[in-house]
Amino acid sequence: MFKYFEPNKIFAITSRAPKYVLFLFIVVLTIGLTEALILSPEDYKQSDSVRIMYVHVPAAWISLGIFSSLALLSVGSFIFKNKNFALIAKSLAPSGFVFNIIALVTGSIWGKPTWGTWWAWDARITSMLILALFYGMYLLAWRIYEDKEQVIKVTSLIAILGVVNVPVIKFSVDWWNTLHQPASINILSTNTAIHPSMLVPLGIMTAAFALFSLLIFLMKYNTELIKVKNKGLDRL
Amino acid sequence: MINEIISMNGYGAYVWSAFAFTLASFTTLYFVTKLQLSKEQKRFSHKFGSLNFEKAKAARQQTINNEILSNTSNI
Repeated sequence: MFKYFEPNKIFAITSRAPKYVLFLFIVVLTIGLTEALILSPEDYKQSDSVRIMYVHVPAAWISLGIFSSLALLSVGSFIFKNKNFALIAKSLAPSGFVFNIIALVTGSIWGKPTWGTWWAWDARITSMLILALFYGMYLLAWRIYEDKEQVIKVTSLIAILGVVNVPVIKFSVDWWNTLHQPASINILSTNTAIHPSMLVPLGIMTAAFALFSLLIFLMKYNTELIKVKNKGLDRL
Repeated sequence: MINEIISMNGYGAYVWSAFAFTLASFTTLYFVTKLQLSKEQKRFSHKFGSLNFEKAKAARQQTINNEILSNTSNI
């Protein structure tokens, strides 16, 4: 079923793709930054501080998406006994963690002029911090455990346990009274509280961030494959 | 115009620091990942170079090994 996705078969693509993805990322990011910092209007309530949303929101979305993917890949590696799933998950985790940190830091920077504080133990912010801890544990586990079978089990367990927190993050603003504003965009509905003049830059920045995570994933995946091949040369 | 973009109605320090932190994180992650990749590629080339003729011939039968050797600086 997964024979076409075997590392040996896809390496020719994954080794050449980063330079094209990097070029595309730079183009999309340049357009996104121009839109976000210059062309998009200021908010009638938040004034220019609203521009922080163009880095904060895509970073939060992508970190949540990547963690959900880690959990799915972990379940997949258990069911199909396919080690390539674990390799893909391991390669995705660093960019997910960095996006999580970006979401927390930019949220904190946005919080100071908006709420008057850098940090609040609010449900959304606290649950995002917990996600960062799960990312941290996941990445640490890959460094700590030497045994391949054991590390796959431990990291999968962390990803599966941590994914419980993802719906908590999503619905925290609805379940509890929080400082954090409720969601303005619903992907299941065409109704959105954001004007197109702000929605377009947000979309472009999200595309740029997604391209960056793809770039890092490809480079990391190639690194992991070469590590495996290095061990293979030792065995010759 | 330039002053307006820099000051951002008094929110410039917050907006620019948020964007600067994001871009600095991207740059750091990119170069750390690139460094790890080129380190593994160099290690592979070094190990491959130290193989004897028979072993190198066996290793060359795997397409992926040839791909790694031809992409030692792919980005």
